Amino acid sequence: MDRHSPSTTPDTHKPDFHESDFHEPRPRNLFQRLYAAFESPGRRRALHLAIIAILIVTPWISSQYTTVILTNALLYVVLCLGLNIVVGYAGLLDLGYAAFFAVGAYTIGILTQQFGVNFWAAIPFALLAAALAGVIIGGPTLRLRSDYLAIVTLGFGEIVRFTARNLEITGGASGLSHIPEPSLFGWHIDSSIDFYYVFVVLAVLAYIASQRLFDSRLGRAWLYVRHDEDAAEAMGINRVATKLAAYVIGAIFGAIGGIFFSVNLGAISPESFSFQQSVLILLAVVLGGMGKIPGVILGAFIVVLGPELLRDFGTLRLLIFAVLLLLIMLFRPSGIWPEKRS
Amino acid sequence: MLLQLKQVSLSFAGNTVLHDVDFGVEPGRIHSLIGPNGAGKTSMFNVITGFYRPQQGEITLDGEPIVKRKPHAVTRLGIARTFQNVRLFREMSVLENVMAGQHCRTRSGALAAILRLPSQRAEERRILETSLECLDFVGLLGHQDRLATNLAYGHQRRVEIARALATQPKLLLLDEPAAGLNSGEKQALIELIRRIRDERGVAVLLIEHDMSLVMNVSERISVLDHGSLITEGDPHTVQNDPKVIEAYLGQDDEELAL
Repeated sequence: MDRHSPSTTPDTHKPDFHESDFHEPRPRNLFQRLYAAFESPGRRRALHLAIIAILIVTPWISSQYTTVILTNALLYVVLCLGLNIVVGYAGLLDLGYAAFFAVGAYTIGILTQQFGVNFWAAIPFALLAAALAGVIIGGPTLRLRSDYLAIVTLGFGEIVRFTARNLEITGGASGLSHIPEPSLFGWHIDSSIDFYYVFVVLAVLAYIASQRLFDSRLGRAWLYVRHDEDAAEAMGINRVATKLAAYVIGAIFGAIGGIFFSVNLGAISPESFSFQQSVLILLAVVLGGMGKIPGVILGAFIVVLGPELLRDFGTLRLLIFAVLLLLIMLFRPSGIWPEKRS
Repeated sequence: MLLQLKQVSLSFAGNTVLHDVDFGVEPGRIHSLIGPNGAGKTSMFNVITGFYRPQQGEITLDGEPIVKRKPHAVTRLGIARTFQNVRLFREMSVLENVMAGQHCRTRSGALAAILRLPSQRAEERRILETSLECLDFVGLLGHQDRLATNLAYGHQRRVEIARALATQPKLLLLDEPAAGLNSGEKQALIELIRRIRDERGVAVLLIEHDMSLVMNVSERISVLDHGSLITEGDPHTVQNDPKVIEAYLGQDDEELAL
C-alpha cells in the first residue's frame, strides 16, 4: 500500500490542464476514512503494535476453541497472502492453490514420519519441492490466457490430490498420521497455544514479506506485466520470468502454510487439500480486494471466522454466509478494502 | 552504423510487409522513417524491437545480432521505444511508470527485497533518482505522484518518452510522437528530440506523419512504400524526390488526370 514516493520537489509547473484534475476525490465512506486515518507512518506503526499486542494477549483471555479457530485464521492469512501474489499482483488466476499447500504438508509428513528426518532439516526440502511444483505448473501455462489458465491450475490441483490419494508413500486415502511435533531449542511445540504463536509469527512474516515484495522492483514488474504485457516487454521486463517468479513465490508461501499445518494437526489426508480449499482461499483474496494486503488479511479472517460466528444458526449457517458473501461482492465488487486511488 | 538492417523481409500469411529492407541508423543521428499509411513503418519498428521475427535478414545493434532476441532482451541491449497509441501502465503513478524503464538496468530479486538488503535499498534509491531525472528531463518533475492516465494527452506522451529514456538506450524509437499534439506542443517536442540527442547522446529514429516536423528535426530521412525502401537522404533531397511524391500521392498520371 505504501507506494508513495517522497515528493522531493515542489510542483513548479503551471497547471496547464483542468484544475479539477488536481482534486483527488475526498474520502467518503467509512472504509475510506478508516484507511485515510492510517496513512501516516506513525499511525500505521501504532496500529501494527496494537494488532500484535492483541494477537499476543488473546489466547490468555479466550477459550481454547477460540485459539484453535484463530490459529486456522492465521494459517489462512499466510495462504491468502501467498495466493495474492499470484492472483492479486501478477493477475494470474489460480484455482489449484491448495496443491502447493499439499506439497509442503506432504513433504514434511513423509520426511519426518517415514524417514525420521528432523522437522527443521526437512523444511528446505519442502520449500524446494513447492518451488519445483511452481515451475512445473507455471512453465507450460504462462502462455495461456486467464480463463484457460484457471482450468489448467484446477486440473493441477486435482492431479496433486489424486496422486497423494493413490501413492503408498503418502498413505493413500487415509493419509499420514502421527507426524511428530517439532521442538525448537528445547521448546516442544505441541499445545494449541504453542501452535497459535507459531502461526502468529508466520502471519507477521508473511505480511512483512508481501509488503516488501510489493514495494520492490519485482513487485512493480508484476503490476507492469499485469497491466500491459507488451509495454512491459518493451521496457525490458521479461514477462515469462516475472510470472514464473510469482508462481514460485506463491508456492513457497503455500508450502510454508502446509508445513506448519501438518505438524499442527499431526495428521494429513488428501481431503485437506481439496478443490474446495483452493476456492476458499481464492474467495478470501477476491473478497478482501485483490492485491490489497490489509483487505486480503481481512478476507482470510472473514472466510474462517464467518461460518464459526454463524454457528448459532445451525444448518442455515452456510446459506447465510453465502448470502452475505454475495451481498459484499454486489456492493463492493472490487473487494472490501477500498482502492487507494480512484 | 549503430543500427543495421540487412535484407530484412517480413510477411504475414503470404502478405509481404517488408521486402529486402537495407537500412541503417548512425550513432547520434536524428533519423526519420516516413511513408504512406500501411507502408510498413510500424512493422519495421516491431521487427527492430523483437516483437516480430522477420523471415529473413539480419539486424544488429552495435554489431550485436537482434533477430532472435525477445523484446525485453532487445531493450536491454539498448533500444527503447514508444508506442503509436500511448501505452502507459494505467492505475499507476507517473513515477511508477517511469521506474519501469529502470527494470532492465537493475537486478535485485525477491530474496533481496524481502530481507531489504543494503544493496537492494541502494538500488531502489538509484531507480528513484534516475526516474526523477528522466521526468525532469521531459519537464514533468512535480507530476510524479499523479496517476499517469489523469495527465493531459501531451504530457502522457512525454511520460512515455521519459519511461523509454529510463532504460538508458543507445537508440530511441518514437512511433508518431506528434500525433494528437497541438502546434505549441509540437514545437516543444522538436526541442525535446534535439535535447535527447544533444544532451544524452541517444540516436533517435522517428516515424511521423507531420511533414513540417519531420523536415525540421531530421538529419536523415528514409522513405518506405509497400514494404520497400524507395529512397533515403537529407530532408531537402527527399522532399524533391519524384519517387517520394509519387508514393505519397499514390497515383500515376492517368489517375491524376481524373
